Amino acid sequence: MAASERMILNIGPQHPSTHGVLRLVVELDGETIVRVTPHIGYLHRAIEKLCETKIYLQCVPLTDRLDYLAPLSNNLGFALTVEKLMDLEVPRRAQYLRVMLAELTRISSHLIWLGTHAMDVGAITMFLYTFRERETTYDLFDLAHGARMNVSYIRPGGLARDVPPEFVSRVKSFVDEFPRRIEEYETLLTKNRIWLNRTRGVGTLSGTDAIALGVSGPNLRASGVNWDIRKACPYSGYDEFNFEAAVGRNGDVYERYLVRLVEMRESVKIVRQCLEGLPEGPIAVDDPKVVFPKRELVSKDMESLIHHFKLVSEGMCPPPGECYVSIEAPKGELGFYLVSDGGPRPYRLKFRAPSFVNLQAVSKMAEGRLIADLVAIVGSIDIVLGEIDR
Amino acid sequence: MRELEPSEHALERFLERTVLFTTLEKMVNWSRKSSLWPVSFGLACCAIEMMAMGASRFDVARFGAELFRASPRQADLMIVAGTVTQKMAPVLKKIYDQMPEPKWVIAMGACTISGGIFDDYSVVQGINGLLPVDVYVPGCPPTPDGLIYGIMKLQKKIEKEPLRRLWAEKTVD
Amino acid sequence: MGNERTAISKIKKTLGENAISEERVFRNETTLVIRKEFILEALRLLRADPDLDFDFLSDVCGIDWLGREPRFEVVYNLYSLKHNSRIRLKVNVEESRPSLPSAVNIWPTADWHEREVFDLFGISFEGHPDLRRILNPDGFKGFPYRKDFPIR
Repeated sequence: MAASERMILNIGPQHPSTHGVLRLVVELDGETIVRVTPHIGYLHRAIEKLCETKIYLQCVPLTDRLDYLAPLSNNLGFALTVEKLMDLEVPRRAQYLRVMLAELTRISSHLIWLGTHAMDVGAITMFLYTFRERETTYDLFDLAHGARMNVSYIRPGGLARDVPPEFVSRVKSFVDEFPRRIEEYETLLTKNRIWLNRTRGVGTLSGTDAIALGVSGPNLRASGVNWDIRKACPYSGYDEFNFEAAVGRNGDVYERYLVRLVEMRESVKIVRQCLEGLPEGPIAVDDPKVVFPKRELVSKDMESLIHHFKLVSEGMCPPPGECYVSIEAPKGELGFYLVSDGGPRPYRLKFRAPSFVNLQAVSKMAEGRLIADLVAIVGSIDIVLGEIDR
Repeated sequence: MRELEPSEHALERFLERTVLFTTLEKMVNWSRKSSLWPVSFGLACCAIEMMAMGASRFDVARFGAELFRASPRQADLMIVAGTVTQKMAPVLKKIYDQMPEPKWVIAMGACTISGGIFDDYSVVQGINGLLPVDVYVPGCPPTPDGLIYGIMKLQKKIEKEPLRRLWAEKTVD
Repeated sequence: MGNERTAISKIKKTLGENAISEERVFRNETTLVIRKEFILEALRLLRADPDLDFDFLSDVCGIDWLGREPRFEVVYNLYSLKHNSRIRLKVNVEESRPSLPSAVNIWPTADWHEREVFDLFGISFEGHPDLRRILNPDGFKGFPYRKDFPIR
């Protein structure tokens, strides 16, 4: 008998599962996976180097395009980093609104993850269901600041402007309706025999391996490690809210699915608390060197005009130094390492992208599994190429 | 024209209901524009809006284009949705070449039109140097209804195409 | 929070007083600049010592200080899950010999981070299992995130 021959199979960078331009080179022994090597860089847009040539305010739209499924999350992380470097404290209304928007973004990101992951595994209807809810969140972002996706709303210093009056009631009707939708998704998938067969016991990653590989977010928590940055190192007022971090046990694809469903429910809880306790007040720091002065003043008052001019042409100048701020993005630990030389442009801005690190774990998760499991595994990690390749 | 006999009225009405006179060109163009099957070529953020276009709110199925084919051999429309980087450009060309004729290209979003906000070494500053583009849809990202408008414009373009159009004549700028 | 001072004293005790060339606390974050010969040992100590237990390597980052000698800097951002504390280790790398020992055996996650630093800055990591470009195309010439590489 001939010895078994290994086959090298190339998947991507153009392929139907909608995770973006990822190329997987799979070494197969029949149908069993021996090794998976991801090749990335097909969406490398040099965003970090581009940020070095732009003033801080111009970097905000660039951060939108990192994890483009959760743009407000990236904005929040960047704003917090610049504010930490400049030692700014944003007003409470801005903090509450930021938390509300971050959690709506988390729901939105998990919805698209659920829709595309289920579609990859074969449950195509889920895609249409989750996109229906995602459209409602898009409408909310559109109402808040005029764009469905790449919003650039959360900026260093606070928010770009205050939310319109009907925003609060629209968010309230969304969170009143949404838990029932999660029930719908659960009836379709959670006890579905086919779903269980395709996802239970597949792609297991132990907690120790996950920590060693730098995995974070729902993937880490599904493996049994209770680390949620919103709880461990609260930012933007998260310590004022009551919520649980969803922690699993087995670290397989099914657990990652359950963890994200629970996270969506917890996000609804947080948004409700934000709505109940939303304070009145300003939505940005009162510092003309950071935030634009009011439009009416710019046309009347000379000093405001000069501040406006300086902010547009030069922008804010943090003191020389460095800092690293990380937030609990929907995909994991999103870190921003900012080095400033005292000028109006970042000297070095590094994005610690959770998907970049999480994708490394795919080889460990897929070893010994069948080729059909690979799609379920890659889908369950929840990657977005925008932040992997930056 | 002489007056119709009574027995001929029924025949006339029957023919009006069941017989269509048109040119072959119009028929072919109508069928081509009503069933544009895109190849899934979502690269970045624009891909998400393209997916939203395929979902139930905007529903591109009304235009016959909901069937995103994974294989370029079965597709006739390529919606380039997202930033094309230098590393991805050969792949883009390869997939385009694998599509059988007739084929059309929609450049969706600012990145495919001109490189978008990414004016740097690793991004191709507009795909019209690589492929012949039929419709440009601006936006960052364009809303799904904007993309549907682009598809409708492409449909109008297809309606006017002569039957014996050779794809080798299409030029790249 | 809080075991950064323990980390500093343990590094000094195990590796010697001059292992740390600079220590800085800015905005509540501790940064230690370690001499190149001691960096791998320092990282190993921070990982293995139970009082320190920095088991999570968040990020490895390269910085190009063009015009300064040594030109490059590699920054390791570490986190301890048990103690909930962060620390940053930096090491200077000269342009004439841009290389460092690889941390892959301490944290497997360092694999792709180090490949990225190599791809973008040209700093190689000795002992890395597969050091090749990760983000740029394979035949790419140059190291794009260096300050003397033009943006377009």
